[in-house]
Amino acid sequence: MTTTGNGWKDLPIGAVIEKAGNAREYLTGDWRTMRPVWDPEKCIQCLFCWVYCPDASILVKDGKMIGINYEHCKGCGICAAECPKRASAITMIRESDADAPSAGSTSAAATGKGGAC
Amino acid sequence: MGKRVALTGNEAVALAMKQINPDVVAAYPITPQTEIVQYFSSFVSDGQVSTEMVRVESEHSAMSATIGASAGGARAMTATSSQGLALMHEMLHIASSYRLPIVMPVVNRALSGPINIHCDHSDTMSARDTGWIQLYSENAQEAYDNMFIAQRIAEHPDVLLPVMVCMDGFIISHSLENLNIEDDKLVKDFVGPYEPKQYLLDVKNPYTSGPLAMYDYYMELKRQQAEAMFTAKPIVQAISEEYGKLTGRHQGFFETYKLDDADIAVVVIGSTAGTARSAVDHLRAQGIKAGALKLRMFRPVPREEIIAALSPLKAVAVMDRADSYAGFGGPLFGDVRSWLYGTKCDLPVVNYVYGLGGRDVIMEDVLKVYDYLNKLVNHQVPLELVQYLGVRE
Repeated sequence: MTTTGNGWKDLPIGAVIEKAGNAREYLTGDWRTMRPVWDPEKCIQCLFCWVYCPDASILVKDGKMIGINYEHCKGCGICAAECPKRASAITMIRESDADAPSAGSTSAAATGKGGAC
Repeated sequence: MGKRVALTGNEAVALAMKQINPDVVAAYPITPQTEIVQYFSSFVSDGQVSTEMVRVESEHSAMSATIGASAGGARAMTATSSQGLALMHEMLHIASSYRLPIVMPVVNRALSGPINIHCDHSDTMSARDTGWIQLYSENAQEAYDNMFIAQRIAEHPDVLLPVMVCMDGFIISHSLENLNIEDDKLVKDFVGPYEPKQYLLDVKNPYTSGPLAMYDYYMELKRQQAEAMFTAKPIVQAISEEYGKLTGRHQGFFETYKLDDADIAVVVIGSTAGTARSAVDHLRAQGIKAGALKLRMFRPVPREEIIAALSPLKAVAVMDRADSYAGFGGPLFGDVRSWLYGTKCDLPVVNYVYGLGGRDVIMEDVLKVYDYLNKLVNHQVPLELVQYLGVRE
């Protein structure tokens, strides 16, 4: 939506999206209620999370897991479930308990390279 | 100057469509609406309108094509009845939620089953929660007039909602009636050109119509849609008054008949209103203070006005030409009774379901309703909230 506010009085009439070519602006990570939190210290770089992620939200660079794309991660928890027990590098927390950044941002480890979106 | 002619309801509505000259009509024939599409097709083939007529394979497609045309920027129309309206059902919600100003005459016919082609209001009453404005017509004249008014209401920038113009199948659609028709110029000036603020065929200003909206936006958009119904009410009134000044024929949200000093009254929709007026005259001649209220606008609801009109009465019967199968009578009854609840207007409100599947309703039938109300007021009969009129026991 390309509006100033997101209340019902501000939205365009009839649910139209006034600007074309805006799919990239729709950050589906908004849907998330549970957030996977990755601990790079514990990670053994098995990449199971990357294999099993039903989205494409595990960020990999040069063959290594570097973070999670929160702009599109739906919080399904598969990465945390598949992460080997001996590593347990991904834990799920409530989105409301996440201090920062909020839904729609990218994991700190992935920022700076601009590859998150 | 307009002139006085004899037309059936279907002819009158087809003529109104011709005078509006919409850009697109996508329609599928169904009894008793068929003639509207048939006559309008003749206007198209005879070059009397510049409309693009789309022959579709079903009513679902008719409404879909009309929605597409309207979203594309065309003044688009269709028409239907009964099963056709039911088949359109999901698309009715699309039309209203996309805020497309589509006008659709609906010739009221009973829904199957058993299969039946005659009049009742079960088709449009089943569509009462689809977000369409609903105007009901007592006769061909009102149907004709409502068409132009509906076009203006639908396209009003503060409304942008689709409008159904309803009339009783066969009783009105196929009966010949004297009515006043207006000059093409008057209609053209009143309806005016259609200038949508945005439309999909405007390639210089592309936008997306019909996107996904989940729990993040859906509710705000539905709240916005609900607001359009609140906003529509005074606009319906203003446009109806404007048309009334032009033609001398003004329709309010409803029409009352000898209601001001009445003790008992019926609330009725459609062609039975005339029968009710005859019953009122018959009872008045006997000194019984009877009245009648004919509802023209059912969506949005004219709640405050109805409360004010019914408040002085001692008892009211709401007549429903449809059952809602709620185990508590018809849809209009449920509405009217709830509007009155919690107001100072604490009077018995009872329901009569009548005329289903075209079951004839004559003055003697309506007199039975008044007779019950009269006895109820005089404590001669127990309160029966829901009754069925003219049904064999």
